[in-house]
Amino acid sequence: MSESLFTQLLDLACGAFLLAAVVVLWRRELAAIVRLFALQGLALAAIALLLGLHEDRWDLIVVAAGIGALRAGLLPYLIRRALATLVTDRAQGQDQAAYTHSEEVRETQPLVNVAASLLTAAALTLLAYAVARPLVELDPTPATRALPVGLAVVLIGFFVLVTRRRALAQVVGFLLLDNGITATAFLAASGVPLIVELGVSFDVLLAVLVLQLLTVRVREAFGTTDIDDLRELHD
Amino acid sequence: MLHLSQEPALTALLLTAPVAAPLVVAAGYTLTGLAAQRRPRPVSAARREETRRPQPVVKAAVVSRGTARAMTGADDKGEGDDSVPGKPVAAVRARGRHPADWAGLTSPVVILACASLLAADVDDGAVAAYSGLLRADALTVWMLLVIGAVALIACASAPSYLSGERDADRATGRTVMGVPPIERSREWGSYHALVQVFLGAMCLAVVTANLGVLWVAIEATTIVTAFLVGHRRTRMSVEAAWKYVVICSAGIALAFLGTVLVYYAARQAGIAEAWALDWPTLLAHADQLDPAVTRLGITLVVLGYGAKAGLVPLHAWLPDAHSQAPAPVSALMSGVLLSVAFAALLRYRVIADAALGVDFTRVLLAGIALLTLALAAGLLLAQRDYKRMLAYSSMEHMSLIALAAAIGSPLALAAALLHIAGHGLAKATAFCASGQILHLRGTTKIGRVRGLLARSPWLGALFGLAIVALLGFPPFSLFASELGIARAGFAAGSGLGWTTAAALLLVLVAFAALATRATRMLLGPARKGDAAVAESPSALWPLVLGLLACAALGITTGPLGDLLTQAATVLERP
Repeated sequence: MSESLFTQLLDLACGAFLLAAVVVLWRRELAAIVRLFALQGLALAAIALLLGLHEDRWDLIVVAAGIGALRAGLLPYLIRRALATLVTDRAQGQDQAAYTHSEEVRETQPLVNVAASLLTAAALTLLAYAVARPLVELDPTPATRALPVGLAVVLIGFFVLVTRRRALAQVVGFLLLDNGITATAFLAASGVPLIVELGVSFDVLLAVLVLQLLTVRVREAFGTTDIDDLRELHD
Repeated sequence: MLHLSQEPALTALLLTAPVAAPLVVAAGYTLTGLAAQRRPRPVSAARREETRRPQPVVKAAVVSRGTARAMTGADDKGEGDDSVPGKPVAAVRARGRHPADWAGLTSPVVILACASLLAADVDDGAVAAYSGLLRADALTVWMLLVIGAVALIACASAPSYLSGERDADRATGRTVMGVPPIERSREWGSYHALVQVFLGAMCLAVVTANLGVLWVAIEATTIVTAFLVGHRRTRMSVEAAWKYVVICSAGIALAFLGTVLVYYAARQAGIAEAWALDWPTLLAHADQLDPAVTRLGITLVVLGYGAKAGLVPLHAWLPDAHSQAPAPVSALMSGVLLSVAFAALLRYRVIADAALGVDFTRVLLAGIALLTLALAAGLLLAQRDYKRMLAYSSMEHMSLIALAAAIGSPLALAAALLHIAGHGLAKATAFCASGQILHLRGTTKIGRVRGLLARSPWLGALFGLAIVALLGFPPFSLFASELGIARAGFAAGSGLGWTTAAALLLVLVAFAALATRATRMLLGPARKGDAAVAESPSALWPLVLGLLACAALGITTGPLGDLLTQAATVLERP
């Protein structure tokens, strides 16, 4: 692969990666948010794959395949299943025909509205570029020049986590944050050592399983997955 | 002294055993639980079905019998499945007949034994195994000893706590959020397995030299303890569990980003991929790390592991999780989990000091310490719940340790490590005692626990002594360590002197708040009609043990003195 083609493809993948995170802020349907998250997982796998091809490292290509399977396949599947449980429970309980429009599958009232969220995303991206300047200067290659994209997704993930009220939207926010960190690791240093990568993936998978179960319990206990209604504990 | 380091196989065994033993015990608990169920379907399928349908009486009874066997560990060949369905099996068994509850004590004993054997090896450096993945120096051994000692108290208190919970379930027939007590009793079966995995993860975090594996282990503790925090399934505990997982996972993700940046700096400094996250290698090459990248990385690491250590700004999970978890788990979380996360911070601090000079981490840590201390003292003043009161006291003590790390002189570091041990022992005792108070009075409100000393003198006295230890009175070791931190602070120059003075003022506020609340709980006449409760020695001896250890450590560090000095040396700038 020629150097310029590699750079273009890498920038394309990074662009798709960032765009997916921004569009998550725009959409309100949780199903659409999960689809976007899966797309972002594909973009992340593409970044790893391109780096692996460029550096002729087979282990990196295998890691890329694993990341694609986990972040574009398994994790979105788990969240979609949790979503389906919430929807069918509600349909049985209230016998609604129009359950697809149930409150549980929509982010009805995010704490910050869509226009302000998109502006914030722009500001966060600028902030990421400012913060990442010393990181790029240390070793200016095509990969590290794209590094601020990873940091921007980390910040957007945090923003989603803080401003979204549905439990599952917060889970997606956490996963965006994690995708951003993984992308940063790939762009900065072609990924962390394999044993760490494995451990991190395993931890993320378990965390999502735990959060999925907790979502069900939150609904059992509070009758909704609106995290803002969790106000029992305070001083 | 006997040196074992000549035999690599033995070293590897000593390093592996603290991690492996709890995991093996956990596997044992899980397997006996599964085997005793004798059901063709996997547990998860059964569970899903039961949570969907509220009325599977027959099925649930069989499950509860399975759990009963799992807990007693008894061979169930003699019994058929022909007993009356729905008969409350749990009620047949007398109180305290749960031998399997005691099997959990194996792993603390193994951890303590390995730590003491390793102590002989590390007096002239460090030992490593598996090409440097596991490594023990004096700091590792010290932390292993603390984990083992606190785990011993917590695991020894677990049987009486669990039988108290089972009694409470049975007495009230409590159906919490539609979950029948029978299923809850099955959940207690997984309690032991989760606690053991929790112990294993903490030991791994301490014995690994790889900063990436360290992160994986600390994140694993969050995941494992999530269900322990939310075990009651009330609105409050579900909320606590949700906050705990979200805040800690997101916070610690920051630490991973920091780790990645440090790795990037290390790779750019020419360290090979396999060694770029190895702590000794990083320390040796710290002066070659790029300062700007390292500064960003270290800031993220401090915020991230600070979240797990209960420091500002990501501390909000701590009082909720500590007040909702079962008492022995609160003891473990407060006593060691916080300090394991802080030990990770201490390791990074050495690298940062070598790469950036001491001022950077000093300002960062001192600022965080003061903010945390102010917050904890302020919230202690308005506290009405005694478990939350203990949680905020943990934040107070962690911020003192952070202050000592900011000072960074040998005296301050030794005092910080001593404080970690003393706080672990005293807080574990206090939390385990609070679990028994909860069973006795059925409330966590301070105002409704009065006359504890009059009604149950032993428990009251032990709880009171634990609070006295936490307040920093002699002979308990917190007195010595707080004195050490104060002396080191005033010796370190005017800036840190003022910081220390402000910190001491805040500690005084926290002292007053804690003392008045504890006296309100302990003193006063017993209510009319309350007979003195028979106190079982089996529930009290772990508490006595914890207090004795804390007091002994305060009077003389004895053979541990050398270890403490060596551990402080590990943390000094090379």
